[in-house]
Amino acid sequence: MSVFKFEEGNFEEEVLKSEGKVLVDFYADWCGPCKMMSPIIDEIAKELEESVKVGKVNVDNNQELAIKYDVMSIPTIMVFQNGMLVKTFIGVTDKKEILDVLK
Amino acid sequence: MYDVIIIGAGPAGISAGLYAKRANLNVLIIYKEQAGLEKAEQIENYYGFENGITGKELYETGIRQAQNLGIDIKREEVINIQMEEKNEYKIITENGTYISKAVIFATGNKKNVPKIKGIKDFEGRGVSYCAVCDGFFYRNKDISVLGNGKYAISETNELINIANSITILTDGKEEPEIRSDKVKIDTRKIREVRGDKRIEEIDFEDNTKMKTDGLFVALGVAGSAEFAKKLGIITNKDRIVVNENMETNIPGIYACGDCTGGLLQISKAVYEGAKAGLQVVRYLKK
Repeated sequence: MSVFKFEEGNFEEEVLKSEGKVLVDFYADWCGPCKMMSPIIDEIAKELEESVKVGKVNVDNNQELAIKYDVMSIPTIMVFQNGMLVKTFIGVTDKKEILDVLK
Repeated sequence: MYDVIIIGAGPAGISAGLYAKRANLNVLIIYKEQAGLEKAEQIENYYGFENGITGKELYETGIRQAQNLGIDIKREEVINIQMEEKNEYKIITENGTYISKAVIFATGNKKNVPKIKGIKDFEGRGVSYCAVCDGFFYRNKDISVLGNGKYAISETNELINIANSITILTDGKEEPEIRSDKVKIDTRKIREVRGDKRIEEIDFEDNTKMKTDGLFVALGVAGSAEFAKKLGIITNKDRIVVNENMETNIPGIYACGDCTGGLLQISKAVYEGAKAGLQVVRYLKK
């Protein structure tokens, strides 16, 4: 199991040009709720290891990405499918709700 | 330091307190607003009252019962909750700060969602319910805070060093007291919030407008939905998600009664309160 570190430098390659579904978690180290979301993201990465690419974007280090995707609240979780944004969750979200979109 | 702080003094909160206190925990119950129960005129579907009982009477009896058992009870407004190191929680009220090892939310069914056109559409696109979570995205911007109570002031203070300017929108209500060069107060009544991809302006009932880069909603007394957002507790349609032991996704934080959804009944609140109280006892023994 691995959770990717998505950044401005690799976002296009790893997310937008990726086939299938990609889960992106926008977070920051100072954000309390993000710390609660993080283990849920890790669990999803483990459970769907075979089918979904999962990664995190640190908004402090990647402000351009946050602006591009209109992230104005964290955690924000986005699901991309074949490079297209198909779903956005704002705030700490139940694992089941996210899995429903990924499966 | 308290073992557990319970927020809310309705049947769920009091019940949780009774079980925790009887297991020798050091318990504080904080409440401010009228509970849903207090407003119930006559209760005729609860066990043991052959002639029924008024909600007010049952509510007040519950608080007395907790006091008689030696539970600390304070009538103060909770304006913030912070998670500290070592799984401790800091509860900040209008009058002081209390520390505990566990927290039980029993804050009832109330929702602070304003009935202003457009607000829902811009959630996450300029409309925020949590200053500490989202303030970062509004650095040097001109933003607004909707509300006029102590909670609105607390949220404004979180934003004061981040934003370029803050306008407190009271939406026709009384002006709050706050002194800062950065903060303006506007009492005009709001008709709608508008924008394209994100919020851009507030339209008022008197046909005037104001530009804004963001709107932080902080109406009335903060409840479980507001604190859940700040702490990262999983919610579903503003109800706190708990398991069968009343545990949330955060260790040491529990919820019971109407704030977890389901049947809005005293019997259910009393059961969940008992369960939460007992579960905190087990948690603190570990």
